Amino acid sequence: MTEPRRLQISAPPARRWWRGGAPAALLIAGAVAVGAQQPPAAPPSSQQPSSVSVRITGEPGTPPRMAVPDLIALSPDKETQEAAKVIGQVLWDDLNFEREFYMIPRDTYKSIPVGTSIADIPFPRWRELGADGVVVGTVQKVDAGIRVELRLYSVRAQQQSYGREYTGSGANPRVYAHTMSDEIHESQRSMRGVARTKLAFSSDRNRDAVANTVEKREVKEIYIADYDGANQRRVTINRNLNITPNWSPDGRSIAYTSYRKALPDILISNIFVGTMEEPTKGSASNFLPVFSPDGKQIAFMSNRDGNSELYIMNRDGSGVRRLTDNPAIDSTPTWSPTGTQIAFTSDRTGTPQVYVIGADGTGLRRLTYESYADRATWSPAPYNEIAFAARTGPGYDIKVLSLADGVTRQITFGEGTNESPAWSPNGRHLAFMSTRAGRSHIFTVDRDGRNIRQITRDGNNFTPNWSQ
Amino acid sequence: MMKRTQFTALVAAALVAVTMASCAKKPAVPVARPMPPPAEDTNAIPPTPPAPPRPVDEPIPVPPEPDTIRAGDLPDDLDGLNRAGVLKAIFYDLDSSEVNAEGQKLLQENADMMRKNPSWQVTIEGHCDERGTAEYNLALGERRAVAARNYLVSLGIPAERVRTVSYGKEFPFEQGHDEAAWSRNRRAHFVITAK
Repeated sequence: MTEPRRLQISAPPARRWWRGGAPAALLIAGAVAVGAQQPPAAPPSSQQPSSVSVRITGEPGTPPRMAVPDLIALSPDKETQEAAKVIGQVLWDDLNFEREFYMIPRDTYKSIPVGTSIADIPFPRWRELGADGVVVGTVQKVDAGIRVELRLYSVRAQQQSYGREYTGSGANPRVYAHTMSDEIHESQRSMRGVARTKLAFSSDRNRDAVANTVEKREVKEIYIADYDGANQRRVTINRNLNITPNWSPDGRSIAYTSYRKALPDILISNIFVGTMEEPTKGSASNFLPVFSPDGKQIAFMSNRDGNSELYIMNRDGSGVRRLTDNPAIDSTPTWSPTGTQIAFTSDRTGTPQVYVIGADGTGLRRLTYESYADRATWSPAPYNEIAFAARTGPGYDIKVLSLADGVTRQITFGEGTNESPAWSPNGRHLAFMSTRAGRSHIFTVDRDGRNIRQITRDGNNFTPNWSQ
Repeated sequence: MMKRTQFTALVAAALVAVTMASCAKKPAVPVARPMPPPAEDTNAIPPTPPAPPRPVDEPIPVPPEPDTIRAGDLPDDLDGLNRAGVLKAIFYDLDSSEVNAEGQKLLQENADMMRKNPSWQVTIEGHCDERGTAEYNLALGERRAVAARNYLVSLGIPAERVRTVSYGKEFPFEQGHDEAAWSRNRRAHFVITAK
């Protein structure tokens, strides 16, 4: 479903090289608003076919234990040396993030020599350490940038389980680790990793003030970052209020609420080509855009008929239709994974609560019975859950409602306020805003409430959204 | 006998003379007194009889506008007008968009000011405190601004002179995290955008 963003990876035996279609790695490495550069073709590989069928397992009932030592730099230049270090560490972090493997701490195997060929790998040493799998690799400088070779070995079988060779720019070596991580999760665990996904959010970190106001009003701009917080970059530059970003399913556009022209309106930034669209032009206020799962429609809130109601339009702004009709506030829509339903916030009973309605406007149903609930966000399959922010005291906590059995579980517990949850595309993690570290920052957390990580550290940061 | 008559006459004459002399001298005394200083009442208007009641249907002359808004009170530029807070912000209760009694009084004053300055275009900004969520507050701020506009319209201000915009909780006026700050941030804020 996200083919345009997928990397083309050279895989033994038929080695393929970077292809067109704007590979994500290059986009990450390049400036946000600048188009991707096509890397030059590389010479064909002479590598022999090898087995890719070995699945690494751990002791019964425990996750496989994995080691990722530093890669070997085959060229003496600084870029290659640096890439070798970064790729090993980031790959370890990426694999650790999904908790499918037990990642052996890297400082416990600094003394184990890393071989460049299978004959050089000291398997007894790895077995002694208790590793089930070990990823070894090399980085070499080539005309196109760097060539990165990564091999996952089964320690018990003493053979290669998975191998990949990548060639591309050396500007952002992290992307090689992210790609390898996603492929290891796919091939070894049959699951979709999120190492190549991104977060979008709103931040006041550049401390600019909105022009022509009497009081000082700090601007908020849209930023993006890798899922782990690396490579934070600014997307908007209009020096006004830009909030509530939402990724298009293909990961190439971000819709958001912008006050660029005084009245809040919906803008779409096509971040890799540097263009912008204004699907809703007019005199009304339009807020909180969310792309439908197929990317063809956008649900949003508008006051165009005198009250805050939900609407659906085509991505180009045509075909606007009204979804709700109630004198109360209807706001904050989120699509179901199939695009047939929309969950949203309404205060028609006096307090904001989460409701669900068919995309055709039928079948309204109340979902939450909190003192205050907002920012419903519908999980991707296979989970059928809605996360939201619920008032639990002076502040909010993230809760998750399972639609299958109606059970609500709590993810955060009163450390600061915790708002604006957003699911990762594999449904295993949530991004959210929290004040637990003092200011407003973006955090990620696993769906069971464990593994909380702080993503932002500059300024105040709000309304995160996770790319597909 | 004669002598006695003469004496009597003399006494009488003397008495008359003394009497006359004292009479003649009396008027000179007040003249010599100093005049009172010119008093406040030199220009005093003598009391006039109360004016007859005017007929009800007779128009009462209205003083020209500049008499009530004295020249120099209002800044010339929009920034100055807005900085001076010529139109007053009104404040809301927690999670509420109802215009309370204090808010109604201030909106009356704002309506008077807008009537006196019929060329003004006004934007009402709806703001919320930090205790609501960012997303819902976008709608709550809108509802607050609309409530203030509706009240102005009910006072006769043309709807097309008043625009609304919600800023949710994005632009707090007070940075604190207590009721003092929150109550200042739950507001409809008036900005004059054209004059």
